[in-house]
Amino acid sequence: MSRIHVTATVNGDAVEFLADPRDSLLDCLRDQLNLTGSKEGCGTGDCGACSVTVDGTLVCSCLVLGVEAQGKTIETVEGLAKGAELHPLQRKFIEHAALQCGFCTPGILVAAKALLAENPDPTETEIRFWLAGNLCRCTGYDKIIRAVQDAAAEMRGAA
Amino acid sequence: MRYHAPSSVAEAVKLAAGTTGITRFLSGGTDVLVQLRAGMVTPDDLIDLKKIPGLHDITKTADGGWRIGATVSGAEMRRHAALCADWPGVVEGMNLVGSTQVQGRATLAGNLCNGSPAADSVPGMVAAGARVVVTGPNGTRDVAVEDIPAGPGRTKLQPGEMIEAVLLPPRGTQGGDAYLRFIPRTEMDIAVVGVGISLTLDGDKVVSARVSLGAVAPTVLLVDAAAKAIIGTTLDEAALAALATAVRAAATPISDKRGTAEFRKEVVGVLAGRAARIAYDRAKGAAK
Amino acid sequence: MAKDQTQGYRLIGTRPDRPDGLDKVTGRARYGADISAPGMLHAAVVRSPHAHAKILKIDATKALALPGVKAVITRADLPTGLTGEDWNLQENTLAGEKALYDGHAVAAVAATTKLIAQDAAKLVEVTYEVLPHVTDVDAAMAPGAPVIREGAADHSVPEGMHPNVVRYMDFGHGDMDAGFAAADLVREQSYKTEATHQGYIEPHACMAQMGADDRGEMWVCTQGHWYIRRMTSAVLGIDAAKLRVTPSEIGGGFGGKTTIFMEPLALALSQKAGGRPVKLVMSRSEVLRATGPTASASMDVKLGLKKDGTITAAQVKFRMQGGPYIGSSPVGEALSCAFACYDVPNVMHEGYEVLANRPKAAAYRAPGSPMAAFATESLLDEMCRELGLDPLKVRLKNAAKEGTKSSYGPTYNRIGLVESLEATMAHKNLLAPLGPNQGRGVASGFWFNWGGETSVSLCIGEDGTVTVSVGTPDIGGSRASIALMTAECLGIAYDKVRVNIVETGALGVNEPTHGSRATFASGLAAVEAAKQAMAEMCRRAAAEWDIDAEAVEWRDGAAHPAGPNAGKFPPLSIGEIGAKMGGTGGPISGHHEVTATTHGASFGVHVVDVEVDPETGRTTILRYLVVQDAGTAIHPAYVEGQYQGGAAQGIGWALNEEYVYGADGRLQNTVFLDYRVPVASDLPMIDTVIVEVPNPGHPYGVRGVGETGITPPLPAIANAIHAATGKRIRSLPMSPSKVLAAIKAQG
Repeated sequence: MSRIHVTATVNGDAVEFLADPRDSLLDCLRDQLNLTGSKEGCGTGDCGACSVTVDGTLVCSCLVLGVEAQGKTIETVEGLAKGAELHPLQRKFIEHAALQCGFCTPGILVAAKALLAENPDPTETEIRFWLAGNLCRCTGYDKIIRAVQDAAAEMRGAA
Repeated sequence: MRYHAPSSVAEAVKLAAGTTGITRFLSGGTDVLVQLRAGMVTPDDLIDLKKIPGLHDITKTADGGWRIGATVSGAEMRRHAALCADWPGVVEGMNLVGSTQVQGRATLAGNLCNGSPAADSVPGMVAAGARVVVTGPNGTRDVAVEDIPAGPGRTKLQPGEMIEAVLLPPRGTQGGDAYLRFIPRTEMDIAVVGVGISLTLDGDKVVSARVSLGAVAPTVLLVDAAAKAIIGTTLDEAALAALATAVRAAATPISDKRGTAEFRKEVVGVLAGRAARIAYDRAKGAAK
Repeated sequence: MAKDQTQGYRLIGTRPDRPDGLDKVTGRARYGADISAPGMLHAAVVRSPHAHAKILKIDATKALALPGVKAVITRADLPTGLTGEDWNLQENTLAGEKALYDGHAVAAVAATTKLIAQDAAKLVEVTYEVLPHVTDVDAAMAPGAPVIREGAADHSVPEGMHPNVVRYMDFGHGDMDAGFAAADLVREQSYKTEATHQGYIEPHACMAQMGADDRGEMWVCTQGHWYIRRMTSAVLGIDAAKLRVTPSEIGGGFGGKTTIFMEPLALALSQKAGGRPVKLVMSRSEVLRATGPTASASMDVKLGLKKDGTITAAQVKFRMQGGPYIGSSPVGEALSCAFACYDVPNVMHEGYEVLANRPKAAAYRAPGSPMAAFATESLLDEMCRELGLDPLKVRLKNAAKEGTKSSYGPTYNRIGLVESLEATMAHKNLLAPLGPNQGRGVASGFWFNWGGETSVSLCIGEDGTVTVSVGTPDIGGSRASIALMTAECLGIAYDKVRVNIVETGALGVNEPTHGSRATFASGLAAVEAAKQAMAEMCRRAAAEWDIDAEAVEWRDGAAHPAGPNAGKFPPLSIGEIGAKMGGTGGPISGHHEVTATTHGASFGVHVVDVEVDPETGRTTILRYLVVQDAGTAIHPAYVEGQYQGGAAQGIGWALNEEYVYGADGRLQNTVFLDYRVPVASDLPMIDTVIVEVPNPGHPYGVRGVGETGITPPLPAIANAIHAATGKRIRSLPMSPSKVLAAIKAQG
């Protein structure tokens, strides 16, 4: 089975890798590019732990083939912080104790960032439905929602 | 598995015609990739349609309807204000397919081709009177959406045929549509029951209607008797009761891990009434 | 930072950032599947598609012929002669003569890539003779049920029972006949709960390496790496000391990662493949089919109640299946929890453990307690309703307190159930108006909590900062709480303490992070270790000042001369002592090891408001309140998090989560699409009240907070649905189909 050469931009860096056509983008990020921040919780698009953006659109990277990434711009959790400066969502998640085990956290941060890009002032209900594809088994979501609300408020204030 | 990324419909169809094993067209991939990774279906040839110019567009047609390309995602439909204004029921059906993440990829055409009787976008399309542009080795044809599904996981598409686009008719004045489904949670489930309704009004009176049911039969159903139950009425209590009776009579559900047959038969009547009222209110709103 | 409480502590009760927060929000934290090694192979497991089948033949010829395949193992590669639970574990790791449930591992493959390993697993040809199966607990003990294993029962089982009944127990006290005779109302009902899964988002994952010399290394996502070491070495017949197990960060466990499933396979494959490291990661469907869900239960309850709400007698008979091996179901725990909230003079418990063709159950958050509470707290609510009594007042009237002989035997020391009930009754949620189709339900819950084997080391650095080595993986913030207690004790800043979770070679044996013990037991041991180090630092100061060590006291992070004859010396800070320690006697450390037994029982009270759609049977949670005694909340944010998370899991169990088996004995819902854990849009904010009745058995009063919270939601929601609809649902889950059928039923 021949592998296909793929070039893409990941978190601002030009990357290239060889993908088996059956490899998901998640496999390629984790195994080829050593970007293990995106997690596989289900492999069927039901848990959101592998959330990334591809050309700005939020997707499950387990439901994208690695070969489909050709020429695309991909953002993962590793690209959220700007150098040492955390994204407001990252700071607020720590501050609000919005993570317990932390395994769902990368996907939720990426998904929440995509939400705030589209809707800077979401209601609690809008946040809950936007994040319905990101399972968290530890927190009951309460502190996650509060952290997103607080980050959104801060980002609106700064804007 | 071989991966192909053709740059035209003609090339895609030619590629498909030349394959001998299992062939799948890849649009959003939210079903194809799940089946691949679960080991259910490993295609020998996977033909990615997303590099084909034109398949990614939402365009207004000459008659005032819409053409939605085969690779347009649910997220793109949601962001298209004019499409949402015309066919909110079609868009809300599509937007119930999976999570926000899945919305970033899943397409109307893919949801239809997957052949699930519970596909959330299909009853809305059927109710809307949508058609699909099908291209294959023998040329291009135009088929009503309700004529595509053949049974769970099966369609009436011929080998090598692909869907290029979904065509929605002009909404016209005083029209409204809606899609409702029942799931145990609030999100992330497969429909246990789905109902799509589109209707037009003359004043307060329903003058035309199409009622489509999901997850209560081997394919999505178009139920003429249900439409007749509300045509000519102002959607009063008697009409809603007749609608409920008609959809329950048409439903032939099974019991499975997602719900019992009795439950589906009961709830399809409930949802039909609720969807009809939403469609009616939207039609009234559209008249203003 | 503002403190939530005012117990006079400097740091305890504050909410600082957790030490592992930065790693976990940046994607840097390394979980089970996140590590790789040079030359690493990938593994895949061949699993039985049958619920019960004889394995006639396993032919790996085609798999081994696939380029890239380096090893295949079957049960024939494992040692023989194991007994008891070790045999159960080995049998569950790889099936022997029979596959005993859908998903039971029968072989494993290692290859150069994940895809080749998966392809090779499909090429392993297994010939089965399919046998009749049984998955339901009541069906499994009925006459004529397929026998899972002859001779599996222990001596406790009464004569004449089906061979699938493998354990029996009974205990209680008082006079049942007199107790029921004294009641104004006696009711008896039966209840059922389906198995659920812990549903941690991280699938099991490990990387293992072992050469021909049996010296092995494992990197595992686990709640307890000494358990992994002990069980793996037993299953593979190697010395425990030859195995070094390092825990990864862990993506949730909830009890389900306290045992082995596929970890020995990775090690055995590595050895067979010449010592190349092997990574083995489960898929979600493997997790659901073949790890350790809860037991399913069938329960009878009988209660006697006086008109004034006094419970006069209480009796339960529970039947539980926990898979095909003896000892996996928490029937004893369930019985003990059944009436633990109450001061009941006459109480009797009977329990049966039954084998079934289902996966070997593991612990799940307060194992056994949620099922028991569903049965007992539902019946109590029904009877309060019948007698027109306030369910909270009845709970308060009968509440267990200090000095009460518990329903399961021991006498309680200081506990906080009464305080929790009083805090509940004062909460604003009880005043919220309810509309049509809405109802309110309350229930109490209990968990023992646990101490257990614990070993902790603490070292003073040359700059006076402190390293604490603990053996309990941090699932939900325990590094933060242990750092807070250590810093509190030493009188230094929180961020001057680093807590590391260390590997099996670095400490004595530690039990897992289970039983709500990490903050309690590792915290207790860390504090004791800190006290040792403080005493040594006082000795160093005394030597420098040339005074008696008894004349030195430790406060505010420094040694001070104290007492009338100590003399006047400026204090010596921890940093000053650390800087000189090489020349004053050498490294300063503290170490504490204990089998902790002074854990404090935990009680909670939940109040839920629901709305039920009368036309579809769907239940919406409108409002949710958790009140629970934490003893002392070291880091209140993570205490609240445990309360909220436990409630969310209980809500899922109550409404939608269940194992669905087909007539063929195969699990029907093997993905998150159909195994329906609550999603964000299913839940409201979850209100919490932390009650603090300190545990006298912990230096800072910690009780442990992880588990009790999953217990009350099951009955509380059943009680609320009854209030909203007038219908009582006595089996879980209370799915829309079930609720609608109840609403539509006559009467």
